[in-house]
Amino acid sequence: MLNDTYQNRRTVIAGMILLVVFVYVARLFSIQILDDTYQDLADSNAFYKKIVYPTRGLIKDRNGKLIVSNKPAYDVMVVPRELKKLDTLDFCNTIGVTVDEFKKRMKELRYKAGYSSYTPQPFMTQLSAQDYGYLLEKLYKYQGVYIQKRTLRKYHYPNAALVLGSIGEVDRSTIKKDSFYIMGDWAGKNGIEKTYEMMLRGKKGEEILLRDAHGRIKGSYEDGVHDVEAKAGKDITLSLDIDLQAYGELLMQNKVGSIAAIEPETGEILALVSAPTYDPSILVGRERTKNYSKLVKNPLNPLFDRPMMAEYPPGSTFKTANALVLLQEKVITPATAFGCSRGFHAGGLTVGCHPHASPLTLVPSIQHSCNAYYCAGFRSMIDDRRKYKNTAEAFEVWKNHIVSLGFGYKLGADVPNEERGYIPNSKVYDKIYGAGYWKGLTIISVSIGQGEILATPLQIANLGAIIANRGYYYVPHLVKNIENDTIGSAFKEKKVTSIDRKYYDYVVDGMDLVMKNGTGWGSRIDSIEVCGKTGTAQNPHGEDHSLFMAFAPKDNPKIAICVVVENSGFGATWAAPIATLMIEKYLKGRIAPRRKSTEDRLLNANLLPKIDTSN
Amino acid sequence: MIRRINIFQNIDWITVVIYLLLIFFGWVCIYGSVYNFEEKDFWDFSERYGKQLVWMGMACVIACVLLTLDSRVYNNLAYPVYGVFLLLLLLTLVLAPNIKGSRSWLVIGPVSLQTAEFAKTATCLALAKFMSSYAFQSGGFRVKNWRNLVALFFIVAVPAGIILLQNETGSAIVYVSLMLMMYREGMPGVILFLVLCCVVFFIVAIRFGDVPIIDAVPDESFGLFLVVMMTIAVSLAFVFYYLKDAQLCKNVLLYTVALFGVSFAVYKFFGVNVRFLYVAYAALALTFMYLMAKLFNVRKLTYLWISLFMLGSVAYVNMADYMFEKVLQPHQRVRIMETLGMTNDLKRSGYNVNQSKIAIGSGGVWGKGFLNGTQTKLKYVPEQDTDFIFCTVGEEHGFVGATLVLGLFLVLLLRLIVLAERQRSQFSRTYGYCVVSILFFHLAINIGMVIGLTPVIGIPLPFFSYGGSSLWGFTILLFIFIRLDASRMEYMPN
Repeated sequence: MLNDTYQNRRTVIAGMILLVVFVYVARLFSIQILDDTYQDLADSNAFYKKIVYPTRGLIKDRNGKLIVSNKPAYDVMVVPRELKKLDTLDFCNTIGVTVDEFKKRMKELRYKAGYSSYTPQPFMTQLSAQDYGYLLEKLYKYQGVYIQKRTLRKYHYPNAALVLGSIGEVDRSTIKKDSFYIMGDWAGKNGIEKTYEMMLRGKKGEEILLRDAHGRIKGSYEDGVHDVEAKAGKDITLSLDIDLQAYGELLMQNKVGSIAAIEPETGEILALVSAPTYDPSILVGRERTKNYSKLVKNPLNPLFDRPMMAEYPPGSTFKTANALVLLQEKVITPATAFGCSRGFHAGGLTVGCHPHASPLTLVPSIQHSCNAYYCAGFRSMIDDRRKYKNTAEAFEVWKNHIVSLGFGYKLGADVPNEERGYIPNSKVYDKIYGAGYWKGLTIISVSIGQGEILATPLQIANLGAIIANRGYYYVPHLVKNIENDTIGSAFKEKKVTSIDRKYYDYVVDGMDLVMKNGTGWGSRIDSIEVCGKTGTAQNPHGEDHSLFMAFAPKDNPKIAICVVVENSGFGATWAAPIATLMIEKYLKGRIAPRRKSTEDRLLNANLLPKIDTSN
Repeated sequence: MIRRINIFQNIDWITVVIYLLLIFFGWVCIYGSVYNFEEKDFWDFSERYGKQLVWMGMACVIACVLLTLDSRVYNNLAYPVYGVFLLLLLLTLVLAPNIKGSRSWLVIGPVSLQTAEFAKTATCLALAKFMSSYAFQSGGFRVKNWRNLVALFFIVAVPAGIILLQNETGSAIVYVSLMLMMYREGMPGVILFLVLCCVVFFIVAIRFGDVPIIDAVPDESFGLFLVVMMTIAVSLAFVFYYLKDAQLCKNVLLYTVALFGVSFAVYKFFGVNVRFLYVAYAALALTFMYLMAKLFNVRKLTYLWISLFMLGSVAYVNMADYMFEKVLQPHQRVRIMETLGMTNDLKRSGYNVNQSKIAIGSGGVWGKGFLNGTQTKLKYVPEQDTDFIFCTVGEEHGFVGATLVLGLFLVLLLRLIVLAERQRSQFSRTYGYCVVSILFFHLAINIGMVIGLTPVIGIPLPFFSYGGSSLWGFTILLFIFIRLDASRMEYMPN
């Protein structure tokens, strides 16, 4: 060997090599075996979890008629980077846009959040079926153009818009609350779509795709064995009778008001008409935004769900409730009679009444809707110092009975935005008049359903159902059946009122007479024994509101109803015939020839307030 | 006195087998990183794995030709070959098209070659020739002779300089690794140590450059302070090692501790914001004067060298910051800062290394399996079939595969040391150590950058990375040595 002086240095060099290799192996051990974070990072890098959207549940009416289903819509997606060879003019002609519009849109896309020139960008949403057909034929020519399918709601009837509600893009707060949603998802915004969102939306599926560093999709991961299939939403059967609903909307055309119809023995809502209304399909697809703002601007406010949200003084319909309370509290007996001299006069106060026989007992007082009877009865109760310690206590007793009849609080129906109406308690009057400074006479208008109290049409219809049931009700609800699921237990719980069953018979008799020989006689139906009660709600802003509450048949009732026609005067004129036509339609399926003229009169009537709607 | 020997009996087959294993495994990884989930065609010659196979076949032909040549050819043609490659490098600089700022590709008809990959071998041959040309003179070659040193420096610096001008900084830096060979051939070890000091001081000065010593004095750099203290410590170590002057070391330690004790007390108990950097400089200056005093008393030049080291390192470290900011190109600066953990921009400058760490880290013990690596398949790692090929090894073959590859390289390098040591001629041994140095440097820097331990310097992993030039370059480098080794018995020991 040569030059042995430095031979030992080979050990130093070999040692350096060993040291470096050892350090690198240690480093590999640390990042490959000890540290798990790189595995997770690799997964989120490479796996693109594409959401597979489930089809939304269908909505049917109580007879199984399809009301809402789904229809496909086609979005035109473009991958900007792949568009280089696109014959722009030909493409624009096919989908019906101008080249300028094309350029403008492509520019817009570039400034959108999440823009990538490698991934599909929405060029045009919800292509019409016809344009889709044209495009599909030529798609092979357009490199970088893709069609993405998604589903939209399809409405089979132009009715029940507010009941059904609509779906729209979720907002940030919803995404925060519910991790189910991501940006760009759609969810029920109101009505049934909102209440039963959880059931209708189904379960999203997941397709695991591989994605490269530019975000381009490179095929599915292990041929899709890890993919999760989407689960379609549950179908919902409503208690609504879509034909009755449509008929109600027809009757209410050119009027402002509402109809609420309930099946008394179950609490199922049969019809829920809000007038004026609109066709739910105008809020689907590309026109949604435009049409929605039109609806918002309409001075008649078609987006206001009147049967659930409008609060009116219940007027004379409320006399039935008062009669029940007075009987229960034994302030009166069915035989108690009060005189009426064109009204109630006490302490310089007069509540007027129309001419009728006097004095009247309970049943005819309902038949003739005598104001004096209820003023006198109410006053005797509130001012009864033997039975109740003071006015406040008497009023609290009264109020609690009224609340048990479904007033003053939300009933708990499965429609969002239900209002509670208003039944004051004694503290309210203490505040207005001072504690001890008010008595029956002070608040006498309450006895005839005026004054402070307010009720929604649904609450009044529910009162009709309570009387029809002679003392109980189920929370009114729109859902009848959910596929593979149960409806809310609250809807199956019988709510018994604080009034004994026996007292209801007198009220029923009174309401029977209303139709046979009373304020509702003009709207009677020959073949059905209808029990009804007219009402007129005073309206400080204009013409009174016409109210009618009814149920039918008298024995074993099948429908309870409340109709409100705003600014139309007496209940007997407008609300009563609409209610009885609805009853007849529901129970008989058709309108008897004798009543055709009434039907025509209603259909042709225009009771809309004089508002300039030309804009 | 030259014996003729059947070279095929004397070829070191261990090295050849390791070489074959490495290029085969390398090809598997190139196949894996080019493989596309979308187009699952197994074979396509226009793809890189197809081309690499062609390069590999031609590399084997080249290897065979090299083995059949007479071993004396290499010795005799060392200078002409070196000259030709210098010309080619210059030609490349002039003719090459600008590819991503680099002018290193020489296009000859359908073939593009990176001349720098071959220039390494030529330089090694020239070095070996130069160093062995003194072998038969009395006393042999002396690295310590300054004229020889200057000549050696130019043999290395001229090609390195041209390559630097081609903007292939990585390939130029490789020449630094030849110091390892020089060390084996007698270069004083202290030079290696000084190079180490340069690197460490630079890193410390940059890493802690913007950190204040105490918060109250924000303009004093902790990095500078550390380097000054390290300079004192290294100087003392020199004094102790070369001069055995324990007395001096003890005294310097004593007053340095005293100096810092007092200044710390003043800072702590009197609330004075002491400038600790000045205290450190004071300790350094005292030590310098102490050494000077010793120099005049004892008259040993070593004291002078050590005090010059002190002056030099202070000057160096004060320049380091300037060099870092002004001399280095921005991307080089950022890569160094990334490695030192000073910036962490995973989207831009830190993207490559972060993605390569993700790819390797997600491999686990056994890896995801051949063609199952998601990160490399989906092109998350840039340059994944060239400089970052080791990612594919780590991802698809896991810790086991990566360790196996490192192990193969380790065995190769150790084997080459054994071969070099058994040479009987200075030429062959020097050349052998050149091969060891260059392969080791490539291995250390390439894998180091992929696993985030060294800055990103774009040099390929020998035998693994895709590319004809690099594969042929390394094949020629290695097989010349195997050929020289095969006829080692032909040379008489001098």
